[in-house]
Amino acid sequence: MNGMVLRLILRRLALAALTLLLVSAGVFFITNLLPGDAAQAALGQAATPETVAALRLQYGLDLPAPLRYARWLGDLLSGNPGISLVNNVPVAQMIGGRLPASLMLAAVTAAVSVPLALLLGIASAMYRGSTFDRVVNVSAVSLVSVPEFLIATIAVMIFAVKLRWLSALSHSADAATLGAFIKSYAMPVMTLCCVIVAQMTRMTRAAVIDQLRSSYAEMALLKGVRRTRIVLRHALPNAIGPIANAVALSLSYLLGGVIIVESIFNYPGIATLMIDAVTTRDMPLVQACSMIFCAGYLLLVLTADVLAIVSNPRLKTR
Amino acid sequence: MSKQENGRYPTEGNIITGDSLENERGGFTRRDMMRTLLAGSLMTMGSAGLLSASGSAMALPPKRGGKMRIATQTSSTADTLDPAKTAHSTDYTRVHMFYNGLTKLDGKLGPQMVLAEEMLTTDATLWTVKLRKGVLFHDGKPFAPADVVYSLMRHKDPATASKVKVLADQIESVKTTGPNEVQIKLTSANADLPVILATAQFLIVRDGTTNFTTPNGTGAFKCKEFTPGVRTIAVRNENYWKSGLPYLDEVELFGIPDEAARVNALLSGDVHWINDVNARSTGRIKSTTGYTVMETKSGLYTDLVIRQDAAPGNSQDFTLGMKYLMDREQIKTAAFRGFAVTANDQPIDPTNRFYFAGLPQRPYDPDKAKFHLQKAGVLGSSIPLVASVAATGSVDIGVLMQQSAQKIGLKLDLKRVPADGYWANQWMKVPLGFGNINPRPSADILFTQFFKSDAQWNESGWKNAQFDQLVVAARGETDFSKRKQMYADLQTLVHEKGGIGIPVFITNLEGISSRVKGIDAIPLGAFMNYTCAEYVWMDA
Repeated sequence: MNGMVLRLILRRLALAALTLLLVSAGVFFITNLLPGDAAQAALGQAATPETVAALRLQYGLDLPAPLRYARWLGDLLSGNPGISLVNNVPVAQMIGGRLPASLMLAAVTAAVSVPLALLLGIASAMYRGSTFDRVVNVSAVSLVSVPEFLIATIAVMIFAVKLRWLSALSHSADAATLGAFIKSYAMPVMTLCCVIVAQMTRMTRAAVIDQLRSSYAEMALLKGVRRTRIVLRHALPNAIGPIANAVALSLSYLLGGVIIVESIFNYPGIATLMIDAVTTRDMPLVQACSMIFCAGYLLLVLTADVLAIVSNPRLKTR
Repeated sequence: MSKQENGRYPTEGNIITGDSLENERGGFTRRDMMRTLLAGSLMTMGSAGLLSASGSAMALPPKRGGKMRIATQTSSTADTLDPAKTAHSTDYTRVHMFYNGLTKLDGKLGPQMVLAEEMLTTDATLWTVKLRKGVLFHDGKPFAPADVVYSLMRHKDPATASKVKVLADQIESVKTTGPNEVQIKLTSANADLPVILATAQFLIVRDGTTNFTTPNGTGAFKCKEFTPGVRTIAVRNENYWKSGLPYLDEVELFGIPDEAARVNALLSGDVHWINDVNARSTGRIKSTTGYTVMETKSGLYTDLVIRQDAAPGNSQDFTLGMKYLMDREQIKTAAFRGFAVTANDQPIDPTNRFYFAGLPQRPYDPDKAKFHLQKAGVLGSSIPLVASVAATGSVDIGVLMQQSAQKIGLKLDLKRVPADGYWANQWMKVPLGFGNINPRPSADILFTQFFKSDAQWNESGWKNAQFDQLVVAARGETDFSKRKQMYADLQTLVHEKGGIGIPVFITNLEGISSRVKGIDAIPLGAFMNYTCAEYVWMDA
């Protein structure tokens, strides 16, 4: 890797750090605009001015916002996201229980969906205009337009309620054997795949077709190179950038966008954790979750960027 | 069937006692009592025939063992093991597995003794509580008076953030007066103390407990796993002081907030018992073999709140007009699919022992409504009405009222607001809106918390000195029939002058696998008022 590539990557990293900082400020001050605070949310109907005041004092909510922000940021930089206001458990511990579950779900989904989407996308680009291409296209468009709660609910009704093959809930904690693992992950993964495979397939197809349209691909064709070789050897390396971007965008959805899937299958992931945190106004938890989502997103986009840079032959040869 | 008839306390005179029925009755066991209760009208059965199913199973002795899975409608990271902080059905069900209270409520909401052996009083102000001997906490420490003193007094400290601080404030002091005895002194007479102490928040914790990461109670189960917002796993307490109980080896409890997912989880066999079933799902559950719907009538209501301290509610005619505008029958069928009982603009429901049946039912009467609203001078104007899914069924009720209002020339401007923040920002703040009140264990608590002039949740800001005096007098009255008359008067007052309209009492709907036996509905909350884990058993 030469200096130019390294400089580009370093600049991306610095930009990502700056983005995180801006997001942290945004998250902190916007969450403070939410009506009510943790003390009121915790007491609900039972809130009296006296108990609310006592709780606020306990939570440190009586301090001015900028001071709380500075403290929080300082703690965060030293690796301590604070203590949950709602149940006094360290935020790191609460996230520690949920993040691996979410990452697991995301990893399994990615492992299934990425190869599948690339295969379908490249194949349909190769056989552009054929029946196969049209079938893939139409099903991708229809799948992406069906909301995931519908897919999930129908899947549960068929496979769990009627056929009783799979469990309606995803007991990830009990998935000790391979059979139990498949049983509990099959439906959530399937539902998520429906949504993201369709997106990735279409974007992959578009990227490959774009390359196939270029003059060098035409030249290769005229030279008599076989179609498969044109796609795999000539078009695909040049399409890695856009494809990596498509994959990154789709996968970023797996971090925060899976809330519906998590709630339908009662999967204890980080998305439901954040929703809980918002409803209970547990700000340290909301803020930590937002930072994780943001960092995850930046990491994916950064990886895609780096892949695009590294795979760019013009940068490589210089 | 029992000495609790008509809500009269077990022993005559001014002594309130009542070891659970089983001890004093010789052959009359808890099983028999349940059968009697089942034969009563607390539950109406689904088409799958829970009555016949459990009726025949009643003949069989309860089976020991098995694991039951319960799914509730709510669960979040705010889940707690601290009884004082419990806020919803999942919390109540959880703490009832690990802790015992001094008392509990039976199927008629009468108090039964648990950790207390008897509660004696002559004036309803000073109470002597005899405590049960030979009870152990999970950590092996014997249950002692100090635990009761600590558990009750901690609610008074604002830093505890207890949900029942308002109730606890009437406890002046709790003192140890013997090796197995405490004395509770109230600030004023309250004959309902044994009922109040049955509230989940008043469950007994060990003296000095401030850390609630693991529960240490005297309850039927010990905690194997507790992850807030995820699940609770409870295992049998082998040293439980009630011999033979619990029947279950293990209970897993978690929340599935999405109703469709909850019903699916039941019907796919993943869970055995769910609460908060939507009326729409009842048909589906009943038509599936092996599952049934349990209907429990209770005091749950969604009410129209008309603020009395702001226009237009400050006109008595407006309030009355709005009450006549509620088509209760239509609300019952359209908003609740018939799973409701017609109410009469007062909060005491027919399952309560103090319900006043003689109060004339207020009908749907557009003409009278028009008359009163005209007198209030609002006809022709547009009045905002705030509704939200936070208050069950209020959007539907709002739409129905809007239609009725249109017919007589009143324009109700229905505003749907989000559920998030509804209780803090809209409820009791808008001139015309909706509330949703969970069943309370006693008539006094309802009147004191929601209708007295100085009540914290005096929803409509209603002030009536005569009412206030009568509430206090009824609270201290130990003669049941006198007390019943007083409550009848109170119900009449709220019905006639109060600022809220209660169209119906909503029926609790729960979905249950027919494998679960020994169910005994308590018309206060789901899951046998959240105590089911201790009493039910699983049939193969």
